[in-house]
Amino acid sequence: MIVLRLPGGLSLRLRPRALVVGLAGTLLALVLAVLAVGAGDYPIAPADVLRVLAGGGSPADRFIVTELRLPRLVTALAVGAALGLAGAVFQSLTRNPLGSPDVLGVTSGAATGALVVVVAGGGSAALAGAAAGGGLATGLLLYALAGRHGVGGHRLVLVGIGVTAILTGVNGWLLTRAPLMDAARAALWITGSLDGRGWANAVPVLAALAVLLPAVLLARAPALRLLEMGDDSAAGLGVSVRRVRVAALGAAVLLVSVAAAAAGPVSFLALTAPHLARRLTRAPGPNLLPSAVVGAALLLAADQLAQHAIAGRQLPVGVVTGVLGGGYLAWLLAGERGGRR
Amino acid sequence: MLLLAAVAVLSLVLGAKPLSLAEVWHGLTDPASPEYAVVHQGRLPRTLLGLAAGAALGVAGAAMQTLTRNPLADPGLLGINAGASAAVATATVLLGVADLDHQVWYALLGAAGVTVAVHTIAGGRQATPARLALAGAALNAALYSYVSALMLVDSTSLERMRFWTVGSLAGARTDTVPSLLPFVLAGLLIALLVTRPLAALALGDDSARALGARPGLVRGAVVVAVTLLCGAATAACGPIVFVGLLAPHLVRALTGPDPRRLLPWCAVFAPVLLLTADVAGRVLGRPGELQVGLVTAVLGGPLFLHLVRRGRVGRL
Repeated sequence: MIVLRLPGGLSLRLRPRALVVGLAGTLLALVLAVLAVGAGDYPIAPADVLRVLAGGGSPADRFIVTELRLPRLVTALAVGAALGLAGAVFQSLTRNPLGSPDVLGVTSGAATGALVVVVAGGGSAALAGAAAGGGLATGLLLYALAGRHGVGGHRLVLVGIGVTAILTGVNGWLLTRAPLMDAARAALWITGSLDGRGWANAVPVLAALAVLLPAVLLARAPALRLLEMGDDSAAGLGVSVRRVRVAALGAAVLLVSVAAAAAGPVSFLALTAPHLARRLTRAPGPNLLPSAVVGAALLLAADQLAQHAIAGRQLPVGVVTGVLGGGYLAWLLAGERGGRR
Repeated sequence: MLLLAAVAVLSLVLGAKPLSLAEVWHGLTDPASPEYAVVHQGRLPRTLLGLAAGAALGVAGAAMQTLTRNPLADPGLLGINAGASAAVATATVLLGVADLDHQVWYALLGAAGVTVAVHTIAGGRQATPARLALAGAALNAALYSYVSALMLVDSTSLERMRFWTVGSLAGARTDTVPSLLPFVLAGLLIALLVTRPLAALALGDDSARALGARPGLVRGAVVVAVTLLCGAATAACGPIVFVGLLAPHLVRALTGPDPRRLLPWCAVFAPVLLLTADVAGRVLGRPGELQVGLVTAVLGGPLFLHLVRRGRVGRL
């Protein structure tokens, strides 16, 4: 660990390993992105991709890159980063490796919102709005039921599991209420898919990330780390426990909701990315930025796999993240050090 | 017991066409009566299935919670129902298996696979409650994605699977319970036989061994019982959430944590819960019905939340 002392009494602690992981992850995500833009029915060489991104390239390449492939890719990166970040905050706040938005019901809430719109016969914009609204409403409900009195122990997770179970029942029922064509659309949506996502999907997530990443999360990271020691210890060390919790929980719920509105509730990424990031950085604390970077790289890779794994057939990315994420966590747990927190 | 009988009678009486008690009696006994078909083809198999599946899920949940000393342990949460679902979904969509007699075997296979996997992944003998729950969540997510993917294969599969995945007793026919019963009875028997060593096991492996129990054997027996119970229930009704989690918690408030009292009472009380939910779904959803999986979630969920908020959950 390196401590930088700046003039004026400010100091900054840096962990070289976390930095390296963050940078390597970013680099990996960018390289993957360039390769991903080039891949497809109309392959483009990486050099040409870079040329287009720099503002040059042939008109055909330009059209394919900026209009067709880049939007999906940026959506993947943004959604992955948002989910990774939100997952890290949730796991830190609940002091529980299970405390991801999937387990706590925020993603199910987003799915419920979307399904209501599908059954009522609404359009894509209404669906995205309802998904975000559903996620936020679930977050509020969780806070009202458990968060106010502290989230220690099993309490928030138990409440979250209860809420998830209710919403899963409601979602299944909503799916049986929809006409078959709409049900197919809804089933695809609740799996989580990046198919046909455009700039209109990417921009809200990017905006949310741009506002929430620096403003709330990085400013709250030291407090979050102290909060992991327990409410009383944190309060004793000068952390305004309730304010930090409300701000962090609110930001995380907002990120998950916006991400779900863009790509559907991509399962398991928010649970996996922080685990992976923590293993890579070996740093204590919430590991916010590494989680975001790992999340972005993971979702991008998963989406490429979903597009190209089976020739001539596109899987929804949620299937890939679920199967791979579940497998990864299983492997993690089977290993010696997994699962401890 | 009285409650169970009352709910069973209610389940026979209420429905899309409410019958009087006398009509139900005629329907049960007199093949010539107009209600014979309604009662014998519809209400009776459904009620029996509710009893069997409820007992299965309740006892499985109680056994798991006691064994893992984990208030979150539930066949659903540990992925066992999901394993059975995934296997049945595979059989239905990819292999074209449509009849319950064969589906049960796939469900058992899936449930057994997940039970072993979740135990191994969580670290075998060293499994802690947190690791078990985490391993279950991992498998759940993976299997849920897999089932979703199967539903997306084509619209026929979606049409079939979307009703099944909610969890419902409506699919009950005259031959449902007979093909299910051997598995449920065997599971219940094994679970009830090991309640005494299970109680010793709650004190920790070393104390249990000192008291004459064999922890490995007990664990194995519980795993077999849970597999039989959950596999059979899921094959017939789809993955019904919450009964396995809720019933033991409610019963524990009355009996205390001793498995020798907890498990038998769960076998009585969980069917009450499931049948009540099913009847409520039929009454509330008239002229159609609400699937019992939805009702257990919507009625059971808030009750569970209430218990959590009062701090009653977690004391095992």
